[in-house]
Amino acid sequence: MEHVAKTFGAVAANRDVTLRVAAGEIHALVGENGAGKSTLMHILSGLHSPSGGRVQVMGRDVTGWDTNAAIDAGVGMVHQHFMLVPTLTVAENLVLGREPTRGVQLDRARAVQDVRALAERTGLRVDPERLVAELSVGEAQRVEILKVLYRGARILVLDEPTAVLSPPEVEELWAVLRGLRENGDTIIIITHKLDEVVAISDTITVMRDGRDVARLATADTTPQAIAQQMVGREVALALDAFSAPRAASTDTLGETRLEVRGLRVRGDRGTRVVDDLSFSVRAGEILGIAGVEGNGQTELLEVLAGLRRDEAGQVLLDGRDVSALDVRARSDAGLSHIPEDRHRRGLVLDYSIAENLILGRQHHFASRTGIDRARVAQHAERQVRAFDIRPPDVSLPARALSGGNQQKIVIAREMGRAFTVLLAAQPTRGVDVGAIEFIHAQLRAARAAGQGVLLVSADLSEVLALADRIAVMYEGRFACMLPGSDCSASRLGPYMTGAAREAVA
Amino acid sequence: MILIAFLLQTIRISVPYLLAAGGGLVSERVGVIALGLEGMMLSGAFGAVLGSYYGGSAWIGLLCAVVAGVLTASLLALCTLRFRADQVVVGIAINLLVVGATRFFLRLAFDSASNSPRVDGFGGESSSLGMLASFANPLVWLGLIALPALAWLLWRTPFGLRVRAVGEKPAAAATLGVPVRRLQFRGLLLCGVLAALGGAYLALDQHQFTDSMTAGRGFIALAAIIFGRWMPLRVAAACLFFAAAETLQIQLQGVQLVPSQFVEMIPYVLTIVALAGVVGKSSPPAALGKAE
Amino acid sequence: MRLAQACIAPVLAIALAMVVGDLLILTYGESPGTVYRLLLEGTWGNPYGFGQVLYKTMTLTCTGLAFAYAARAGLFNVGAEGQLAVGGFAAGVAGLVLPVGTPAVLGVLLCMVAAMAAGGAAGAVPGVLRARFGASEVIVTIMLNFVLLALLNYALTTYLAVPETLHSEEMRTGFVPRLGAVIPAFAGSAANFTLVAALAAAVFAWWKLFRTRSGYELRAVGLQPDAAEYGGIPVTRTYWKALVWSGAFAGLGGINFVLGYKHYYEEGFAGGAGFLGIAVALVGRNHPLGIVASALLFATLSQGGLAVNALVPKQLVDILQAVVILAVATAVPEVQRLIRRTASAVVTRNAAPAES
Repeated sequence: MEHVAKTFGAVAANRDVTLRVAAGEIHALVGENGAGKSTLMHILSGLHSPSGGRVQVMGRDVTGWDTNAAIDAGVGMVHQHFMLVPTLTVAENLVLGREPTRGVQLDRARAVQDVRALAERTGLRVDPERLVAELSVGEAQRVEILKVLYRGARILVLDEPTAVLSPPEVEELWAVLRGLRENGDTIIIITHKLDEVVAISDTITVMRDGRDVARLATADTTPQAIAQQMVGREVALALDAFSAPRAASTDTLGETRLEVRGLRVRGDRGTRVVDDLSFSVRAGEILGIAGVEGNGQTELLEVLAGLRRDEAGQVLLDGRDVSALDVRARSDAGLSHIPEDRHRRGLVLDYSIAENLILGRQHHFASRTGIDRARVAQHAERQVRAFDIRPPDVSLPARALSGGNQQKIVIAREMGRAFTVLLAAQPTRGVDVGAIEFIHAQLRAARAAGQGVLLVSADLSEVLALADRIAVMYEGRFACMLPGSDCSASRLGPYMTGAAREAVA
Repeated sequence: MILIAFLLQTIRISVPYLLAAGGGLVSERVGVIALGLEGMMLSGAFGAVLGSYYGGSAWIGLLCAVVAGVLTASLLALCTLRFRADQVVVGIAINLLVVGATRFFLRLAFDSASNSPRVDGFGGESSSLGMLASFANPLVWLGLIALPALAWLLWRTPFGLRVRAVGEKPAAAATLGVPVRRLQFRGLLLCGVLAALGGAYLALDQHQFTDSMTAGRGFIALAAIIFGRWMPLRVAAACLFFAAAETLQIQLQGVQLVPSQFVEMIPYVLTIVALAGVVGKSSPPAALGKAE
Repeated sequence: MRLAQACIAPVLAIALAMVVGDLLILTYGESPGTVYRLLLEGTWGNPYGFGQVLYKTMTLTCTGLAFAYAARAGLFNVGAEGQLAVGGFAAGVAGLVLPVGTPAVLGVLLCMVAAMAAGGAAGAVPGVLRARFGASEVIVTIMLNFVLLALLNYALTTYLAVPETLHSEEMRTGFVPRLGAVIPAFAGSAANFTLVAALAAAVFAWWKLFRTRSGYELRAVGLQPDAAEYGGIPVTRTYWKALVWSGAFAGLGGINFVLGYKHYYEEGFAGGAGFLGIAVALVGRNHPLGIVASALLFATLSQGGLAVNALVPKQLVDILQAVVILAVATAVPEVQRLIRRTASAVVTRNAAPAES
């Protein structure tokens, strides 16, 4: 793939990417979230057409082909989110679209037989006659890979295949991939876990900001070197920015603002995603939670905000047990929350700026005779000025604003009022550089004002730049809890990938 | 003898339910809510009478019914699939449209506000002996085999496998190169054909078209689909059960055991109860009602 | 600007309906111009016709509000037909059981409350089933229509009907005067002062939706349930409350026929006005004031159908109404996509210099 570009509206996901993968190798495509890895692979597998550049497979120019052509040419993609039909059996999922027939009938016996044979041959063992809904996550993934192989794929693309697997399942997967490589198949694996890159790949392409920034041979490099390339000057930039004084030592901090005791939470799939977590955030500190997404951060914040039920444990706000309170009561008790997904949760996109600025606080602007519109407007004008929301027209729908200005609405609402604890999840995701600086300044100001901030971010440089203490979350627990001044990307890396773990009190 | 008469009448009453429910089942299985069944049936009934009247044969009536059903289903498919208009609104609008259009063209064709002249059907008078003769009606047989045939189609053919995948998780089917939109379109056309045949049966059985003659049968068919939990044979059983209740009510007309209105309510009440999850778990196709 | 944008889809839809209407009129060998002129003369051209339009406007406003109020919460109430009938029935029964000496104003108010309470109760069924079990309110309201109509038929034929008819006895109290009693020009038409209640309901719905906290919360739930939940809004409670109010609005429509016109409950008086409420709400873009205008339009159409019946079948308007619904339902998402695309392009252009 040469000089590939892809834009979605005004957003450039890929700009001038070149990726070369040799036949019969396992190639790792690494980079941070949003670096453009998945987009590039969607282009390769025919789901998107590139806006520029060329794509060649086995020497043939295939730029802009569709899914079917890609499948015919032996390119198959295993998606990050399972693309399986839960109500069908394993065999049915595999043959879908390429059904073996006997007359006009579906040849079920042959389907089952073929699938069983394929499973035997590749070592991806799974019962073809079971319903997909009954499979474990690891088994479901095996089905995904089988599905691609069933279509005769010789080039396999796996998008974050280990995100949902347990360590033994990961080992099994590696064995399968090595077996395929021995068969002469080519494998591209998208990941941001460095230990995986080292464990499985032959060669590596690093992507950042929609560009390819390095091509390395795994044998000649180290995780540190890869991390450097992944984060690149972003780290330098963020470290430059953080010249503001941190709280000197934990001893000078104020009283405990937020305390969590023995918290356990079950996720949507019924598995425990937060496991016996205890920690506290004190006045005048930012506690940063780093870690690969999907390790329980989302659920932890939802429980703290009152959006999700916990299984066990206590949440104390300024010493008061708020475990039984709902969202509104917690908010009134001084809890502010910048949610991780502003488009889904943080804003009602079709509401005006003014209306969005009172979301969650609407009961403070209403009386028996209705909402006090003059006060809402005043409040909005004030916030728009204080937080420099542009354009400064409070009647515009939030949808019409840029990402940075949308996020400023959320920030203004949650921080432009009296609060004692702030939950900030991915506060700068998808916003422009100017807004990032502004938001970071706001978080530091909150610390200076003696509020407690719990910062959750997948952007390691952000956590490093802001947090006084850093915890790395891994599989529902804290793998470490370190003073911010002692941390660096390379030091945190092993904790993020589960390679290291400390007892955290 | 009474029992045989009861069974025969139950079957006669169940035919339009079986056909329409079969069509609606396909529609829902590809992910489109089957709220337009009533309209498709009514258009089929009208088409059948027009064809039979001008063509002089019930067979031509059937052909016209199919054409009418296909046209109605195409309009529904155009709005919901191509333009992604809301399925609920479109379904209801289609019903209103067909009621209006059949009345309009009833006036235009037969200059009557209420009914058409008598047309040829497939024999079978309404006497008790005639009931047996109703088995000369090909639609009766079609109705009886419709749902078993659909069970075969959905579970034994590649088309059926794709239908089940599309109604459940269209994105997964799309990544495997299954043409989702085209499949949904075909499913809706099949729905239109079957529902129209259900309507045609009503009209040809009564040898005329009367205004709004489907009288909510499309919704009873929808009730049967939900009560039958989207499984063809269960849906067939639900249709037969609803028809049996209706037959019982007709035959017991003199004896006021249970007020007839309460018998009428059975399909609807059972559907609501089924939706509330009181009787087992009911799970519609996961992508039902969502435009991708 | 916003008003203009909101009008695009309905105007397109009405234009399309007129084209379809032209074609249908031509199949009948009549001239569209003549037919439309006759339609206008028979509705807005004389006091009786206009009175009939106003009469129909009342019910359609109520059923339109019913659909729109639920739609604003992201729900489909397809049960206005049954709720309307139940409301009329309750008003009729209230008028029968209230003692003869009840003061007129009190009698009317009690009948109104009865109508709204009955409609609201009918709305509570899908509301609770949705909130408690997640049952689709679309299917439940549709099925409930049939159940309610059968129940009303039972209650009427078994207990209340005047022999040989399908209506109850005349009420003893709760009459609402006709417009003709005050404005003689309207004499003979069914238009009556319950129209004031419908207009008041529209204003109330507007106030509640756009000026109160509960309306703010209801619309947030309808637009983005996840954001509403984040804002501390109880989503399921909002659902059932919305459906109760929705049913109450539909129920209120029942007093038009019962209190204002015939003074008894008669089976079938709803006559499709419940379903037509969906069309009214769509064209009125789910805005209470838009709904009043749209109800007037649809009332004109259905009264106009009678006026032109001599030339073309009155069923012409049934077709046109359905075409309008289909066209609006289809055009609204298309127009929205278009507006969104141009709007975001404009904002990106404007914002670009400020950010770089």
